[in-house]
Amino acid sequence: MDFTRRETLALGAGAAAMTLLPAHAFAQAAADAEMVGTPDEFLAGASASEGGLDLTAPEIAENGNTVPISVDAPGAVEVRVYALGNPTPGVATFRFGPLSGAQFASTRIRLAGTQDVQAIAKMADGSYVTAMKTVKVTIGGCGG
Amino acid sequence: MRHMALTAIAAVLAGTAAFAGGADDDTLILNDEIEMVTKTAAPDHLSDAMDEIISGWHFRSDETQQLQTDDFENQGMIFADYGAEAWDTVEGSEDKSCASCHGDAAESMVGVAATYPKWNDGAEEVRTLQMQVNDCRTTRMGAEPWKYDSGDAINMEAFVTSHSRGMPVNVAIDGPAEATWLDGKDIYYTRYGQLELACASCHEQNYGNYIRADHLSQGQINGFPTYRLKNAKLNGVHSRFKGCIRDTRAHTFSPGSPEFVALELYVKSRGNGLSVEGPSVRN
Amino acid sequence: MASGVKPRVKVPKSASAGDVITIKTLISHPMESGQRKDSSGNTIQRSIIWRFTCDFNDQNVIDVVLAPAISTNPYFEFEAQVPESGEFKFTWYDDDGDVYDTSKKISV
Repeated sequence: MDFTRRETLALGAGAAAMTLLPAHAFAQAAADAEMVGTPDEFLAGASASEGGLDLTAPEIAENGNTVPISVDAPGAVEVRVYALGNPTPGVATFRFGPLSGAQFASTRIRLAGTQDVQAIAKMADGSYVTAMKTVKVTIGGCGG
Repeated sequence: MRHMALTAIAAVLAGTAAFAGGADDDTLILNDEIEMVTKTAAPDHLSDAMDEIISGWHFRSDETQQLQTDDFENQGMIFADYGAEAWDTVEGSEDKSCASCHGDAAESMVGVAATYPKWNDGAEEVRTLQMQVNDCRTTRMGAEPWKYDSGDAINMEAFVTSHSRGMPVNVAIDGPAEATWLDGKDIYYTRYGQLELACASCHEQNYGNYIRADHLSQGQINGFPTYRLKNAKLNGVHSRFKGCIRDTRAHTFSPGSPEFVALELYVKSRGNGLSVEGPSVRN
Repeated sequence: MASGVKPRVKVPKSASAGDVITIKTLISHPMESGQRKDSSGNTIQRSIIWRFTCDFNDQNVIDVVLAPAISTNPYFEFEAQVPESGEFKFTWYDDDGDVYDTSKKISV
């Protein structure tokens, strides 16, 4: 039985997909339960006002691989961060527990290019506040 | 001399010089303890080319600079930690680890990286730190040598180098090392590739200018091994040389080759007087 | 599991009761996004840490969900209240089901 190159590739891909299924299925289950999602999904029709949420991000990021950001939202129960120009906008969800010292968190994120980074905080009373920053991501030098 | 536009590329770069891609005036203090020398007078052998030598740290953004000020934030230290584990790991036929002979690296390795590459009398050659580590592995431990610039080799280099941070780079360029140093100098000023660029074209004549959206530094190597944001890992200096020469569209030398050993000695000597920073953080 | 995963945390050794302290955490992990392709053009399978939690004496401080847009070697900095002596517990959850944890004691 002869296979064309294309058929062989397709078979190979199918076999690879089957082999990978268990681990991948777990990843999906985890992601579905705890997805950061999109701003619209988080807001679920509610509107977000400005103020009460500080989003810190550099105006110009030297490298999109590691962009330091922080969020500070006094009184928030949850803050979500989105990179609106990434292939999937979700970046992180921060939920603050009873022993959090401040509704503050800092991390390093990936940006696929120059874009807007948005943070949305859900406050204790169920209202939302938001903040947005444009981050310019520079292309490198000679690529060495 | 620096401002002479010697190539078409340099001419374009000169046009953007007004936007100040140059070194900033920040001060690098490590872990709130060690103040690093990141700018100082050029060593005598460079006096015809430049007055001041400047660490690549000054050419980076504040956010990137910040990552190097604290060992916890510096992701290069993750790899130095792997090197620390290897230091204590017994390998090879002689049942030895690095620690079997050298004890606590925090004492025995202080200042070592600042003087490498250096002449080895017995072998009658200039050796880089990685070559010396591999000599220990093969002749004293009876273990396999590490591939040049491989993960294991770089982790160990980072660990050993971390114990010299804050000490001035001080490689010998005279005596038996002089011939190798001169070979390295030749390579530094030789134009390679279809773009006909020498190391000096960018890093001596155009540092402080932009290359596309990035800053051109002096190409100092006092910060190697270097954690680069670009590939999120530690990078060896020979691999960096290779990247540079490749980008001139040339066939390049290999990591560990005699050419790159000589070039490492020469380029390191251009930073004599700057603090050892490795593992540093760069773009 | 992803190889060479190693958690690191930075917590003050002591504090006064009711103090708010700063905690930093870093875990070595590739955070493979699932968006990249290898040299033969095949998509590299996603492999990330998708959740991080910090608890103090079994009470939650922060609970983070991570998307692939979190950088290699995920880093977090946040603040915690310390009502009494006890132990911080840090837990990272990998896509592949692995769980990495470490803890730090603090005395008041």
